[in-house]
Amino acid sequence: MNDIGLGHYLTLAAIIFTIGVVGVFLNRKNIIIILMSIELILLAVNINLVSFSIYLQDLVGQVFTMFILTVAAAEAAVGLAIIVVYYKNKGSIHVEQISSLKG
Amino acid sequence: MLAHSLFFYFFSTITVFSAVMVTVSRNTVYSVFFLILVFISVSILFIMIGAEFLGMIMLIVYVGAVAVLFLFVVMMLNVTEQITKRSIKKGLINNISVGSVVGIIIFLELLVAVGGWKYKSNFAPFSSSELDLSVSNTHALGNILYTDYIHLFQISGMILLVSMIGAITLTFKKKENVKRQNYFDQIKREKESAVSLVEVKSGEGVKIDE
Repeated sequence: MNDIGLGHYLTLAAIIFTIGVVGVFLNRKNIIIILMSIELILLAVNINLVSFSIYLQDLVGQVFTMFILTVAAAEAAVGLAIIVVYYKNKGSIHVEQISSLKG
Repeated sequence: MLAHSLFFYFFSTITVFSAVMVTVSRNTVYSVFFLILVFISVSILFIMIGAEFLGMIMLIVYVGAVAVLFLFVVMMLNVTEQITKRSIKKGLINNISVGSVVGIIIFLELLVAVGGWKYKSNFAPFSSSELDLSVSNTHALGNILYTDYIHLFQISGMILLVSMIGAITLTFKKKENVKRQNYFDQIKREKESAVSLVEVKSGEGVKIDE
């Protein structure tokens, strides 16, 4: 087996990122899974930052990963609050019924 | 090195499998559980390559807070009954074609970027905050987080505060028919509006609230 290097981690991050993006597109059930796909995308970015930080022996990548973590947590909290309010108003969070904007 | 490779392949396989299951799982609660599995295995990968503090923080923040938040919302909203078979079938074909085209393009782009990328031979890292192997990861991270990046750290705290206030304000429900204490009305009251002198004739009462 080969040694595990930077390329392996970057490939793993690329796979997770792609799964997240495809998850946003394919999902037809409810909007919570779209939020989870966004979390996956942010996780892939975190993997990239941490692996580069270790590879370059530079801690700044890990500091920025912490900031991304903060923003991801804030985004999840506000997004879920919006979903709760929407469910209270409309009684459904089915993706296809959320089309008031006619986009 | 062999153990490292084995562990990497083991946990990355779990990660990719659970990430797929997050998106395709029928039950939303199972999706949240697979999301937790993704976060746990990625945090183990982080610990493996030497970012212990971030691995532990991932466990605490994602598994302990974000995933539990998702789980609560999923349980509160009763999403499993929202699925209507017809509308799923109708939009699925169109979405699969568009989604897989976009996904394949993004994945190929990322693979080209990863595979064809190389540092220049005379590359030197820009930052002055190099890894000091004599102290632990947490110690080193704290050393630069609380000195060089203190402003960004404070701003991230402000972001958390704003998101907390936003979430509370969005979901706060004002109850009807409940008398609440209003501090501003209490403090605003003055003697003229609250107390009045009334001439009382003997043998008669006084009408208040006129």
